[in-house]
Order: sequence, then C-alpha cells, then structure tokens
Amino acid sequence: MTPFDYRVPTSAGAAVDTVAANPAAVFLAGGTNLLDHLKLGVAEPEVVVDVNAVTSDEIRDDDGGGLWIGAAVRNSDLAADRRIRTRYPAVAEALLSGASGQLRNMATAAGNPLQRTRCVYFQDTTTPCNKREPGTGCSAVGGYTRYHAVLGASDQCVATHPSDLAVALAAFDAEVQVLGTGGTRVIPFVDLHRLPGDAPERDTVLERGDLVTAITLPALPIAAKSRYRKVRDRASFAFALVSVAAALEVEDGIVRDARIALGGVAHKPWRATNAEEALRGMPADEDSYRRAARLELADARAVAGLDGGNAFKIPLVARTLVAVLRELGGAR
Amino acid sequence: METDVTLRVDGAEHDLRIEPRTTLLDALRERVGNTSPKRGCDHGQCGSCTVLVGGRRVLSCLTLAVRCHLAEVTTARGLGQSGPHPVQQAFLDHDGFQCGFCTPGQICSAVGMLSEFSQGHPSHASADVAAEPDLTESEVAERMSGNLCRCGAYANIVPALLDVAGGS
Repeated sequence: MTPFDYRVPTSAGAAVDTVAANPAAVFLAGGTNLLDHLKLGVAEPEVVVDVNAVTSDEIRDDDGGGLWIGAAVRNSDLAADRRIRTRYPAVAEALLSGASGQLRNMATAAGNPLQRTRCVYFQDTTTPCNKREPGTGCSAVGGYTRYHAVLGASDQCVATHPSDLAVALAAFDAEVQVLGTGGTRVIPFVDLHRLPGDAPERDTVLERGDLVTAITLPALPIAAKSRYRKVRDRASFAFALVSVAAALEVEDGIVRDARIALGGVAHKPWRATNAEEALRGMPADEDSYRRAARLELADARAVAGLDGGNAFKIPLVARTLVAVLRELGGAR
Repeated sequence: METDVTLRVDGAEHDLRIEPRTTLLDALRERVGNTSPKRGCDHGQCGSCTVLVGGRRVLSCLTLAVRCHLAEVTTARGLGQSGPHPVQQAFLDHDGFQCGFCTPGQICSAVGMLSEFSQGHPSHASADVAAEPDLTESEVAERMSGNLCRCGAYANIVPALLDVAGGS
C-alpha cells in the first residue's frame, strides 16, 4: 500500500472541494472496497478524505411517504430498519444477501452502490484491463467469464456491477442526492451507473468531487410485496451470478404494474423496462412471465471464455426472473 | 505523514504515532502488542481479524486505525479479561475449535452477531425479513458466514452459539 495523507474535512462542501481539486484524492466511507484496492494496488491515492463525519447516518420519513437515507447509514442498519423491511422488503433482502455481517456493519448506503467491479482482472494489476488502465485491453474476454456481463457490454469491457442493494434501488425508482462544486443535484438511480461503451474506466456519471449525500426511495405501495432473489456459487457471502429484484401488482389475475431490475448481468444494475412493459395488462401466468423474460433478454450476448463462457447466465436469469414473478404474482 | 491516534483497546488507552495507512489490525498486533485478532486473508474475506468497535463486529484488516481514534475496541482477549466470556465458555464446552487460529475472530463475531440478533436484525436466512427472527441452526450459519474455519469446526460452533443464545 502506498502512503497517503488522511484528512477529516469540516464539512461535506470542504470534502467536495478537496477531492474536486486533486485527481489523486478519494473519498473514504465504509472503506470495505477502498482498503482492499489500496492493498491490491488498484487504487493509489495521495489523499484520503474521510466523509463519515460529514454525511448523515439517519433514515428519515420524507413528506411524500418515501424514505430519505443518509449516505453514511450502514448496510446492516438499513436492512434492520422497520420501514425498509415492511415497505421495501426487497431492499432489505438485497442488503442481507450481500457480503458478511462484519462487512454490512462497515459498508454504507452510498458506498455500496459506488463499489467497483469484482472482475478478477480489474483487481489483478498484472493483467491488462481497460477499466483499471484505459487502452490496455480486456483480459476477461476469452478468460474467466462466469461473473461477466450478458447485457450492455462493449468490446472494451464485460465487467458487471457487484452491488445487490443497487439492483433493488434501481427497481424502486430511487434517487441519488449529490453535492458537487456547482451545488446539489438529484440523479435518478437508474441513471447513476453507466454502460461501459468506450470509457469503461467510468462506472458512474458522477464528476470528480461529486459526493453522494443521500439516497431517497419514493412512496411505492407496490414495493411492499417485493422480492430479491440471488443465485450464486455458494449459499452465503458470495457475489451474484444473477439476481432479480421485483415487485408485482396483480388485480383479478391481470398484472397492473411491475418493477423489475436484474443484477450480475451488466455494467450497471439493469432496470428491466422491456419486461415491465410486456407484463402490464397481461394475465399473471407462466406464459406472460416467460415472454417478459424473453423480451428483456432479446439482445443478451454471452462472453466466450476459458471456463466455457457465460452463455449459461442467459437462461439462468430468465428462469430466476420467472420464478420470482411466479412467487409474487402466482401462476395459474 | 505520521499522525497521532489514541486507541482504547480492551479498556486500556494506547497513544500511538502511526502512518495513516496503518490498519487497525496492524496497529493492534504490531503496535499495541495484542495478537488476539489474526491476520488471515487481509482482504476481508476470512473474518479472523474480527474485533468489536463500539460494540459492533467489524473487520480490523479493512479498517484504518486513524478512524478508530478514541473508539472502544474490544478483542477476544478483552472479552476474557475477567474469566471466560459466555461465548468463550460455550466454545470450550462444545469443542468449537481445532487449531484455534480463527477462534478469536469467531468469538468477537459471535458476540456481535448475538447482539444484532437480540436487537431483532433479520438475516438472509429469515423467511420473512419483516418478522422477528428466530435463532435456528441455519440462521446461525448464515449470520456467521463471514468467519471461515479451515479445520471445519462449524459443526460444533453452531451448537455452541445456539447454546449461548438459549436457542434450539
């Protein structure tokens, strides 16, 4: 690990100014991903700005019946919050399916969605990686592909976003409050993360110095009956091969509304708008669920690899989605 | 580059002058001389470095020591300062270890886990996250999944923790 200066800013604005002015400065929140990157040599900052004391660790009811979640709320506290557990159970399930008890006590609401890919090549500084070192190439294509993307990837990068929480937030129309050098602004959560395109080094639309100060969840009655289902190589403490966050509103056997996002399949949490659209007004049955999954995955493409490639993920995510919809909506 | 930090470890204060990149684990082991937390993977994957900070279980290998200035840090050694802690006694009673390397981390993690459970925190093993959890075998296994034991003492650790919790 290379040496760095550790700064405790007096305000969120001061933290933003420090990082905006110095390309070699980074924010520190829970540190579970950053500390690992410091040890691996993936990150070599000169200045580490600890934002824990200048961001909120409170969860508040907002005026519209939604929730305001301070950036520094720990994952375990968010998952244990009574309002999250009853109004957005898939958010609690997503959090609880991620990492371990110790890590959830450290990781934060804002830091979790901003964690970086677990692509083994990104984390291995001895291999080429366009995300870590733009222009060096991608070692994942033709390599170890099990955890890589089947939707929205580019020639330059097939990495997936590893957060479980982010998948549930994408499904439920969350928004992100950002403090930058130009003041505050709000970004829809589904627009926070980018597809890799020709700039895979950029995970999000955030500019240098932008600090996520809170995440908001709108009042969303449909989310009160929601599920997050994660498929992985072992039963606990593993990243997703694929995951599904979904909520379904069914009336008289007809799907009135749906919220769906997929994890483990793309460079960003994948809001499945095609599947949602395909479901609205259709009978809540197996045929509708399968059709929705097929439409969402129409453009899915596998990555060839030493491990046999990841083509298995396309039917796997389809089956997982159908299973979750069946559970939520019933099938007749 | 060095900075002053005061660590409160197992009830005793230690004034240290350290580099900011020093992890809590290294500060405890190399500077305080408390080798109870173990350096296993050093990447947050094995849990052998688990300690309690402010009563919550965290990974000392992924925590900067400077972030723990004046915080209450408790290691497995501290838990046993005035005779075995109930969790330590249960590990003895149930033979919850073999080589013992992971044990201090398991002990701290278990104390934190039981505290989380007593506050009603759900887990991935809970069928309904909105319901009050019940501490079953699968709940203990899930809640302790951040602590690896290469000897495979899980079969005795889980009953030990159910015993302490008064569970089934």
